[in-house]
Amino acid sequence: MSAKLERLCRQLKESFGDRVGEPVINHGEVSVAVPAADYLAVMRQLRDDPAFSFELLMDLSGIDYSEFTGYQGMRFAAVSQLLSITHNWRLQVKAFAIDDEFPVLESVVDVWNVANWYEREAFDLFGIHFEGHPDLRRLLTDYGFVGHPFRKDFPISGYVEMRYDPEQKRVIYQPVTIEPREVTPRIVREENYGKGGGRG
Amino acid sequence: MADIKNYTLNFGPQHPAAHGVLRLVLELDGEVVVRADPHIGLLHRGTEKLAETRTWLQTLPYLDRLDYTSMIPSEHAYCLAVERLLGVEVPIRAQYIRVMFDEIARIKNHLLNIGTHALDIGAMTMVLYTFREREDLFDALEATCGIRMHQAYYRPGGVYRDLPDQMPKYKENKFKNAQTVKELNEARNGSLLDFLEDFTNRFPVYLSEYHTLLTDNRIWKQRTVGIGVVSPERALQLGFSGAMLRGSGIEWDLRKKQPYEVYDRMDFDIPVGVNGDTYDRYLVRMEEMAQANRIIRQCIDWLRKNPGPVITDDHKVAPPSREKMKGSMEELIHHFKLFSEGMHVPAGEAYAAIEHPKGEMAVWAVSDGANKPYRIKLHTAGIPHLAATDEMCRGHMLADATAVIGTIDLVLGDVDR
Repeated sequence: MSAKLERLCRQLKESFGDRVGEPVINHGEVSVAVPAADYLAVMRQLRDDPAFSFELLMDLSGIDYSEFTGYQGMRFAAVSQLLSITHNWRLQVKAFAIDDEFPVLESVVDVWNVANWYEREAFDLFGIHFEGHPDLRRLLTDYGFVGHPFRKDFPISGYVEMRYDPEQKRVIYQPVTIEPREVTPRIVREENYGKGGGRG
Repeated sequence: MADIKNYTLNFGPQHPAAHGVLRLVLELDGEVVVRADPHIGLLHRGTEKLAETRTWLQTLPYLDRLDYTSMIPSEHAYCLAVERLLGVEVPIRAQYIRVMFDEIARIKNHLLNIGTHALDIGAMTMVLYTFREREDLFDALEATCGIRMHQAYYRPGGVYRDLPDQMPKYKENKFKNAQTVKELNEARNGSLLDFLEDFTNRFPVYLSEYHTLLTDNRIWKQRTVGIGVVSPERALQLGFSGAMLRGSGIEWDLRKKQPYEVYDRMDFDIPVGVNGDTYDRYLVRMEEMAQANRIIRQCIDWLRKNPGPVITDDHKVAPPSREKMKGSMEELIHHFKLFSEGMHVPAGEAYAAIEHPKGEMAVWAVSDGANKPYRIKLHTAGIPHLAATDEMCRGHMLADATAVIGTIDLVLGDVDR
């Protein structure tokens, strides 16, 4: 299996050279970063080139790296999981959007039609704009929703809640009344935690 | 001459054939569908966001709530992703148990799909029979982990506990006399494996009954043959997977091509369709049930002969046994830390895909070394299939929209997450 993945890494370097980042193998999958400028062209070649033939786009999702421990760099990325039925291998392609304030990437709808809904979802939840998308509407959130809920600075309980107002006899939105709370805090342990050799 | 205009029709979100809360905006020209625009998200619970605020173990039960007709395979994908990040080995017996329950879920899922699909397009009887068989499988799950639907039975590192030695039995009451209870309990006198073996013996007979009811049924064929045809090229473009992809004639099954757990030791075949229409997908699902039955039998045989541990003994990942926990300080600390702070998963990312009954279900887990996931992306099979409804419905009659929704095996919990 790993010989096959190394072959894929080698082919990626041969075909794209400097246009893609260094391919890395983690947990049985090859991952490669692509600069936003070359994103569409690289994706098209990954599908059409018989050396790769990634016929299937399995998944495309947004990610917000702003609170990732020890990370500094561009905030938003669109991560695609490609699958080739011919070669039976997978590839993860990461494209970072340059502008953190207004993240824009090219749309791959023309390369794989299935990207339509995935990109709508990434736009809805992360606010990543896909240029050239035929119908970039919100997908999962409510009609008239404001904000992008999966961004790390969006609170888990949101900003508004919905209730029935008996006086106005209709459903209204109002600011959330629940107090945010955290039962188990998020902890990242130092490198050698629990390995012994410390003060204990 | 009168001016004839297209008109739009709202299908759902409260329509019984919409399989949940799907709102389908149909643009009709007379009775012909010109455009179908599914509006989803009415069941969006933000599972991925919730996962970011829960520990790795607390996230697991949310996975059951995704596809609430076949719960266990979703847990499986999540456990695989976490195990890959942690690098823990799963005991071989747990792998067999997982494969067995995945296949039980496959039968359960396809029974529901075929039953309700038939119900939607006019064959009322099917659903009564398929729910009868589902009941047996639910009983098996209840005996294993105490819960009929949302099991939370798979854990990172194995499964929660070993299979039970006995099945719960029916008791006499004012509705059931001694004779009825005796008949009902006949299959339940042995262990869970005996009960399941009895089921696998009965199931091929049931399957042939379904074939008698539907396969050559003229009305069923009129409603399904040539409806929602998807060519292999389009199936790839539309990102299909599972029975939808195989129905279009592409031989692709992760259990064979990228085997996980012990699927490489199993003997089974992959059914493939020819025409890519609703009827072919129905036949693929029927045959998949027969194959799943074969796999369950092989698992039962192996599980009978090979006792052993079912969860890893790495107590940073899985809790120690109650007995040890009560007797040893070290184990008590492990237990406490695991259920309060939770396990720490090394930084990295893993994409774990499995062959869910509906198609490829995958969990992309990103960790930055904390006790909570940094991001969990759930790829469920339903999304690309539902996204293709527009293309599959175009040019068909309004009544065929129901057939198309039935054939994509739609569960909104799965699509909306």
